[in-house]
Amino acid sequence: MNKDDFLLAVEGLTVSFDGFKAVDDLSFYLEPQEIRVIIGPNGAGKTTVLDLICGKTRATAGSIRFRGKELTKMKEHQIVHAGVGRKFQNPSVFEDLTVFENLEVSYPMGHTVMGSLAFKRDAAVIEAVESVARTIFLHDLLAEPAGLLSHGQKQWLEIGMLLIQKPALLMLDEPVAGMSVAERKKTAELLRVITRDHTVLVIEHDMQFVGDIADRVTVMHQGKVLSEGSIDHVKNDPRVIEVYLGH
Amino acid sequence: MKSSSPLSWLKSREGLYYLALALLLVVILPLALDPFRLNMVGKYLTYAFVAIGLVMCWGKAGILSLGQGVFFGLGGYCMAMFLKLEASTPEATAHQSTPGIPDFMDWNQVTALPWFWEPFHSFSFTLIAVLLVPGLLAFIIGVAMFKRRVSGVYFAIITQAIASILTILIIGQQGYTGGVNGITDLQTLMGWSIRTDAAKTTLYFVGVGTLFVCLFVARWVQNSKFGRILVAMRDQENRVRFSGYDVAAFKIFIFCLAAMFAGVGGALFTLQVGFMSPSFVGIVPSIEMVVFCALGGRYSLLGGVYGALLVNAAKSGFSESFPELWPYAMGALFIGVVLAFPNGLAGLYRRYVMPLEDRLFSRKPAARPARPEPARREDKTLPDHLSVEKP
Ligand SMILES: Nc1ncnc2c1ncn2[C@@H]1O[C@H](COP(=O)(O)OP(=O)(O)O)[C@@H](O)[C@H]1O
Ligand SMILES: [Mg+2]
Repeated sequence: MNKDDFLLAVEGLTVSFDGFKAVDDLSFYLEPQEIRVIIGPNGAGKTTVLDLICGKTRATAGSIRFRGKELTKMKEHQIVHAGVGRKFQNPSVFEDLTVFENLEVSYPMGHTVMGSLAFKRDAAVIEAVESVARTIFLHDLLAEPAGLLSHGQKQWLEIGMLLIQKPALLMLDEPVAGMSVAERKKTAELLRVITRDHTVLVIEHDMQFVGDIADRVTVMHQGKVLSEGSIDHVKNDPRVIEVYLGH
Repeated sequence: MKSSSPLSWLKSREGLYYLALALLLVVILPLALDPFRLNMVGKYLTYAFVAIGLVMCWGKAGILSLGQGVFFGLGGYCMAMFLKLEASTPEATAHQSTPGIPDFMDWNQVTALPWFWEPFHSFSFTLIAVLLVPGLLAFIIGVAMFKRRVSGVYFAIITQAIASILTILIIGQQGYTGGVNGITDLQTLMGWSIRTDAAKTTLYFVGVGTLFVCLFVARWVQNSKFGRILVAMRDQENRVRFSGYDVAAFKIFIFCLAAMFAGVGGALFTLQVGFMSPSFVGIVPSIEMVVFCALGGRYSLLGGVYGALLVNAAKSGFSESFPELWPYAMGALFIGVVLAFPNGLAGLYRRYVMPLEDRLFSRKPAARPARPEPARREDKTLPDHLSVEKP
């Protein structure tokens, strides 16, 4: 397979913070429509990998190719327009805007200064917002300020804000962390819907959940790939067992 | 936010507030005040332009500039240069060693009009410059700062430094700028004396009209998606960035808009007061401008206007009796506002007067007013089906 046949090809990716290599010569490849889960102990560098892909952190070395484009040289908003959507670990939604407005701001139109001044809330926008709102269980709360949502609802809203962008790659950082049991179940349901027609890169700890959704699992440890393959493969990899249970 | 007909807008709550302001400025004050006092109000109003710019820039977008005096001053100086040239005819300055140039140049042994003064012979150029000179400087500062992601306190300090630098520059370059005295002795605007009571009253009305134009521009920006992105940026800059927006471009635009409003205010100030000097440019006036905005309510355009009017009126009242106490009074006012009612007068109005209006006019409580201030969770009662877990 040629490098550009992959949706995402990460090669030799390295970032060092004052000499500390949070991500160290990391390589992995994502195929279109693949659901990939990254697991690993705290501090393994998982979040940093997503930061590097979406442009929040700049790589010290290595390459990130996405649909034939080199992301390491692009600005954050250009990476979004190239088709990468990213959800943060802590829910980040616009608390002073309503649920509707949160989704509308994320709608992929009118993203320039002039475009946003001229932007009209037309039928297509309303339709898109309402359809996504139904998917994320917030259809009845469209007029609420997002600041009034529960923690779990904010997580869903942020996922909705990504969905409305129609990204070719969705990256989710611990989407069920901090959720109640009921919210977890609904989120799992939501993710199953999403994964049907998106390529998804997700960081998660819940092994049950990982086994449920993952096509392939990448295990990270100290900034490197420790193991990669099906969930059963990595679960039985002695190095993975060593890292998780060895100390 | 739906664009309905202008008439039905005027009947809306917001429309009525605008009408009330128009009534106050166009009818009540001109009838109630003598020309001298009305001229004072005209002067205060020129600061309202700065205040609405700050509402957009600081209140909506969270960009605190402590250097708005710079833009106010640049607009004011542009106008003053035009008026000064008009006042410096060869006949009027025949006694100078170089007739035909402004008097302060002659006193400073400048013997020819500097090149950058030349275009200010033209009134149309001057009007454009009133907008573009502040706008251009704001653009340069904006590109230099926002592209590098300088924000918050660092940005505020840099704007303050710029205010300080500009003051020093103006004072130091006496021969070109009139130095510490500024540009004084302005007489006519295209042959029309601006010093009579009648002229000052006319200028007052011009100021009011221009203020409403700026208010409507600001309101339009605020109600567009652009306005919602400003609020979003104030909350979660990164989320805006990762929703595909070039955050710096939005900040630059709003900072330039605020600067141009300030420039217009400055130009009107020069006309209304008849001179311009560095004392309206530096750090202290710039901070005062932020106080107007904070006191009026930094999330409300109309709040900014009332803030500028009230603080300046208080300043005049105070300065007439205890001039040396004013800085302390203003400092106390600012601290009081920040601590006790951070949303300013507009916030108090919203909280205490609006419910009264609702009862008085048996209006249904405004379901969701344009929400000019952040949703304060503790202020709201939660619907039953929502539970808020504070992280
Ligand atoms: N901006 C940064 N500056 C310095 N160190 C950082 C930065 N971001 C992450 N790190 C460090 O990199 C390591 C990996 O962090 P992270 O990617 O958040 O881990 P994970 O998400 O796997 O728990 C941690 O040791 C963290 O302290
Ligand atoms: Mg993490």
